[in-house]
Amino acid sequence: MLKYILKRLIISLITIWLLATVSFFLLRSLPGNPFQTEVLLSAEVQQRMISYYGLDRPLYEQYFTYLGNLVQGDLGYSLKYVNRSVNSIIAESFPVSAELGLRALAFALPIGLALGVVAARRRGKAADYMSVLVAVIGISVPSFIMGTLLQYGFSVKLGWFPVAQWKGWEYTVLPSIAMGLGLLATLTRLMRASMLEVTTQDYIKTARAKGLNERQIVWSHQLRNAMLPIVTVLGPLVANVLMGTFVVEQIFAIPGLGMHFVQSVQSLDYTMALGLTVFFGAFLVAANFIVDLVYGVIDPRIRVAD
Amino acid sequence: MEKILDVQQLTVSFDTYAGEVQAVRGVSFHLNKGETLAIVGESGSGKSVTIQSVMGLLPTPPARLKQGKILFKGVDIAQYSEKQMEKLRGKEISMIFQDPMTSLNPTMKIGRQIMEGIQKHEKLSSKEARARAIEMLSMVGIPNPESNMERYPHQFSGGMRQRVMIAIALACNSQVLLADEPTTALDVTMQAQILQLMNELKQTLGTAIVLITHDMGVVAHMADRIAVMYGGCIVESGTAEEIFYDPKHPYTWGLLQSMPSLTGKSSKRLSVIPGSPPDMLMPPKGCAFAARCGYCMHICQEEAPPSFNIVDQHQAACWLLDPSAPKVERPHLQHIVMDGGVR
Ligand SMILES: Nc1ncnc2c1ncn2[C@@H]1O[C@H](COP(=O)(O)OP(=O)(O)OP(=O)(O)O)[C@@H](O)[C@H]1O
Ligand SMILES: [Mg+2]
Repeated sequence: MLKYILKRLIISLITIWLLATVSFFLLRSLPGNPFQTEVLLSAEVQQRMISYYGLDRPLYEQYFTYLGNLVQGDLGYSLKYVNRSVNSIIAESFPVSAELGLRALAFALPIGLALGVVAARRRGKAADYMSVLVAVIGISVPSFIMGTLLQYGFSVKLGWFPVAQWKGWEYTVLPSIAMGLGLLATLTRLMRASMLEVTTQDYIKTARAKGLNERQIVWSHQLRNAMLPIVTVLGPLVANVLMGTFVVEQIFAIPGLGMHFVQSVQSLDYTMALGLTVFFGAFLVAANFIVDLVYGVIDPRIRVAD
Repeated sequence: MEKILDVQQLTVSFDTYAGEVQAVRGVSFHLNKGETLAIVGESGSGKSVTIQSVMGLLPTPPARLKQGKILFKGVDIAQYSEKQMEKLRGKEISMIFQDPMTSLNPTMKIGRQIMEGIQKHEKLSSKEARARAIEMLSMVGIPNPESNMERYPHQFSGGMRQRVMIAIALACNSQVLLADEPTTALDVTMQAQILQLMNELKQTLGTAIVLITHDMGVVAHMADRIAVMYGGCIVESGTAEEIFYDPKHPYTWGLLQSMPSLTGKSSKRLSVIPGSPPDMLMPPKGCAFAARCGYCMHICQEEAPPSFNIVDQHQAACWLLDPSAPKVERPHLQHIVMDGGVR
C-alpha cells in the first residue's frame, strides 16, 4: 500500500510538472504582452514593467526560475494585481469557490443519486419520467439561464433570498442550486443507467433466489455495485465544482476563483493564469487519487495489494 | 413416491415489441421427493423459462404466466403473492445458475452472502448464522471455511464459486434444488466434481433436484428421470432407463446420437440434428420438431401430437406412436454407460 501511494505520488508530481511546462510555453506563445492592454502606459513604461518582472530575460531562464519557485510552493506575483501574490489571491478566493462548490455538492449528490435510484426502480412509471425530466432540464439549461431565472423568481419576485453577493448563509442558497442543478442532473442520469445495468446482473437473481425482498436487494446488493461507475467520474466532477465557475460567480457577484481564471487569460497575466492552472491540476490529480482509494474500498476486486 | 413438485400445463409467454414469444407451451412434469429429474433440450427450448417460473423469478412484464399450476407440496404456488414467494425462495426451493463467475455479488464477502439467506429465513443470531454458514462451506468442500468466509468471490475459482452457490442454496435445507446448467461454464474436472458433490448432498440431505442441461453425458450420470424439451414443450419423459434404452421420440434419438461416446472408443462420428429450433414468435401449428424430423408425416405438420403413454410414466408426444402410424425402425444408438451412470 505504501509503495502504491509513493508510486502514485511520483506520477502525480510528473503530471503537474508536465502541466506547468506545457502551460508555461503555451501562454508565452500568445501574442502581445501583459502591459499592452493598459492604454495608459507608454511604451517606455511598458518596457520598464517588463524588465521589472523579468519578462525580458531568456525564456528558458524564466522557466527555470518559475520551476524553482514552484517547487517551494511559490506561484509568483500577479502581473495585474499590484503587489499581490498568486498564492494570496488563491488563498482568498478559493475558500469561497470551494464553499459554494461544497454546498452545490451537498445539494446535488444525495438528491441526484436518490432520483437515479427511484427512476430506475420505477422504470417506465411516472416517477421515472419526472426524474428524466429533471435530468434533461438540468443538463440542457445552461447555468447562466438557470441562475438568472432563480434570481428573478426567488429574489426579485418573491424576495426570499438576496439577489447577489456573498455575505452569509442566505446568500449561498441560489448560487448553490444554480451550480448544483447540472451536477444533479448528470448524477441522476448516471445513477439511473447504472442501477438498471446492475438490475440485470446474475447476482441480483441469486439474491432474489435467496428470498430477499426488493428493499434488501437494493440496499445490500444493488447500490454498492451501482456506485462503482459513479465514483470513477466523481473525482473530476467534484474538482470542477470546487474550483468555481465563472458564470455563476459572475451572475451572483461572488468573489470566487472562477472570475480569475477568465480574467487572467484575457489580460495575459502569465503568472496568475499559470498559477491557477497548476493549482487546478494539482487539485484534479489529488481528487483522482482519492477516488482511486475510495474505489478500492468499494470494489474488493481492485483493492490495492501490498 | 411422493410428488414434491407438480407442474401442470405451464404456459409462459414474453410480450415483446416483435410480438408474443411463446417460450413455454403447456409443460407438465413432476418431481418426486429425493430424486433427480433432468430436463434436457437444445438452447432456446424453454428450460430456463420453465424453472424460473417455478421460482417466480421471471420479470413480469415482459413475462406472463398464461396458464398452468405449480403445485409445491400440493399447494399452487403460481397463485402466490411476491411476499409469499419470498418466504419460499431459498427456504423450500432453491436455485443455482449457470455462470458461477457472475452469480455472486462481487463486492460482498462470501460469508455474508451465505448468512444473508439464513438470517432471512431462520430466527438465528448472527453468531449462529455464521456457524451455520461455516458448516455449509465445509459441507460443500471448501477448505478453511472460517477464513474463506472473509474472502470475496474473485478470490475463488469457478468451481469453488459454484460450491459457494450450492452452499447458499442449501443453507436452509431446501427440499428442492433447481440447477440451471450448473456445470456448463466449468471445465471437465470441475464439472465432474460439482456433479459428484450434488449427488452426495442429494444422498445426505435428501434434496430433490431438477437439473437442466443439454449434455446427455451429465444426464446419464445424474438423472433418475428425464424430461426432454423441444420448442417449449416436453416431447418425451420417463425414467433414465426408458429414455436411454427405449427412447420413442425422434428428437430424443437425435439427442442420444449427438452424445459423445463416454469410453472414447467410438468409431462413429458425432451426429448433430440438422436444422435449427423453431421461432417461438411463430411456433408451427403442428409438431414443433416436424421441420427437422427425418420421419415427418403429413399429420405432423397439421396437428400437434398428443402425449402417448408408453408404459407407466414413460410418455412421448409423437404421431409415430399412434396405432395407425407406420412402424419405423429406430436408428442404432450407442450408449456407453458411465460408472454410476444410468441406473
Ligand atoms: N426476457 C425474454 N424476452 C423475450 N424472450 C425471451 C426472454 N427470455 C427468454 N426468452 C425466449 O424464451 C425461449 C426459451 O428460452 P430459455 O432461456 O428458457 O431457453 P433454454 O432452454 O434455457 O436455453 P439455453 O440452453 O440457451 O439456456 C427462447 O426462445 C428465448 O428467446
Ligand atoms: Mg437456459
